[in-house]
Amino acid sequence: MEIDPFIFRLSIFILSIFVGYYVVWSVTPSLHTPLMSVTNAISSVIIVGAIIAALATNVESIFTSSSIFGYLAITLAAINIFGGFLVTQRMLAMYKKKKKDK
Amino acid sequence: MISANLSAIFYLISGVLFILALRGLSSPETSRQGNLFGIIGMIIAITVTFLSVGNFSHGFVYIFIFLLLGGAVGAFIAFKIPMTAMPELVAGFHSLVGLAAVFVAISAFINPAAFNLGTPGEIKLASLIEMSIGAAVGAITFSGSVIAFLKLQGIMSGAPITFKGQHLLNASILVSIVVLTYFLCATQSSNLFWVLIAVSFLIGFLLIIPIGGADMPVVISMLNSYSGWAAAGIGFTLENTALIITGALVGSSGAILSYIMCKGMNRSFFNVILGGFGATEQSSQKQGKEQRPVKSGNADDAAFLMKNASSVIIVPGYGMAVAQAQHALREMVDTLKKNDIKVSYAIHPVAGRMPGHMNVLLAEANVPYDEVFELEEINNDFANADVAFVIGANDVTNPVAKTDPQSPIYGMPVLDVEKCKSVLFVKRSLSPGYAGIDNDLFYKENTLMLFADAKKMTEDITKNL
Repeated sequence: MEIDPFIFRLSIFILSIFVGYYVVWSVTPSLHTPLMSVTNAISSVIIVGAIIAALATNVESIFTSSSIFGYLAITLAAINIFGGFLVTQRMLAMYKKKKKDK
Repeated sequence: MISANLSAIFYLISGVLFILALRGLSSPETSRQGNLFGIIGMIIAITVTFLSVGNFSHGFVYIFIFLLLGGAVGAFIAFKIPMTAMPELVAGFHSLVGLAAVFVAISAFINPAAFNLGTPGEIKLASLIEMSIGAAVGAITFSGSVIAFLKLQGIMSGAPITFKGQHLLNASILVSIVVLTYFLCATQSSNLFWVLIAVSFLIGFLLIIPIGGADMPVVISMLNSYSGWAAAGIGFTLENTALIITGALVGSSGAILSYIMCKGMNRSFFNVILGGFGATEQSSQKQGKEQRPVKSGNADDAAFLMKNASSVIIVPGYGMAVAQAQHALREMVDTLKKNDIKVSYAIHPVAGRMPGHMNVLLAEANVPYDEVFELEEINNDFANADVAFVIGANDVTNPVAKTDPQSPIYGMPVLDVEKCKSVLFVKRSLSPGYAGIDNDLFYKENTLMLFADAKKMTEDITKNL
């Protein structure tokens, strides 16, 4: 009997939770704010679903009820992707070590 | 057009890059590289999606327009936002992820064929369940984050909003979401789908209004976690590995942060979520001992104490963020260092309005991160320090947490500020902090209260040094 592909995805999901668990515990507390903004940015990878939704139209009509929701989701996710990564970059650039004693 | 297998491999690669992005945050040195991995992962995921759809018709142009439109808005916000507003920004971003998840779920429901999920009215059962979970959690994330944003921004009062039968109402709405999902799967009715989304928006709103301002670190972390689970739900619907991996990572990340925040307050997660902490009961208890003597001083006294110290520990809190005093503080510390005084910073896990809030503000003011310490690292040093400078913090320094089992904050880990030879406490008045209880520290022999705005006082001290 073949295994349902759902089981494979579930396995990936469960294992990723464990990976996330260990990786996040190793994040230094002083970087918890950048952690939140970067997780924010990467969770916007949901944009892949939005792109599929937007492109799933025939030639005659680009804007159908389902593709409009796709375009809206693309815009929202894009705000998050650019905003999230850039603000993280901006924050991380501020974390500096003590300068060597002059 | 590339094959489904090849694109799946690329999605896996981008998932791995996202893991490395989080891994990079284990130290500030590797963090910038980590962020770069995250960006590359995102570019791969988006490019592969374009290639796998392979439909380069006019729709493609529109996607670029919307992508750039959103991107421009996002970039603008990212460059303009002041660091003190970071909690609001993160809450706002969470709401967008939530709403995007809802939109993707809606369009999958309307046009399931585009996602290979069946036809309208005959969507595969598993997909329908995944879609409903994604939509419901996304909607909760959206409305919850909007409320959190409004509270943090001060548009809505940070005070908990409670009413009779609140918990019963919330519980019955949560049950109704499960029931609705069941009937949605049985009937495939689009009306039920819309009702499900509407009810989820409502519960997100109701869940966050009873939670007060200082509990926001828990709320933001929790919503961070929700946005991850919503993404994972959609990931299952779309059968997309990158989305499943990311959802799981973000979900567990937010959950861990919530746990750390709850532990920092010695409260259970449910205690925070049920809300209304310190709102009513405690305020009446402590009225008996209002008139205790306090020593108050001015900038001159404070400067004198610090000049004669050999080590100073600074304890920043939310009040520093409100007064935007981090730059003034850094200038004061520079002057102290010139006088060969050892200065370090002590950060309580729940100081501020989000995890790591104080660290970002100090970093913005050019404070080197190796002078900034967490509670466990520095707590023993207070006994050897000459001066503790408490600026904008309150409950996290209250010794009552260690001595009085009756106190609502008993058992909460606190900074041992009272062990210092002398304590300087910058505060605008004697009013109690968020927990609604008096801080015993105000009345200690070795405490000098500095009643002023945090920024102004810090500047005055610098002048007097």
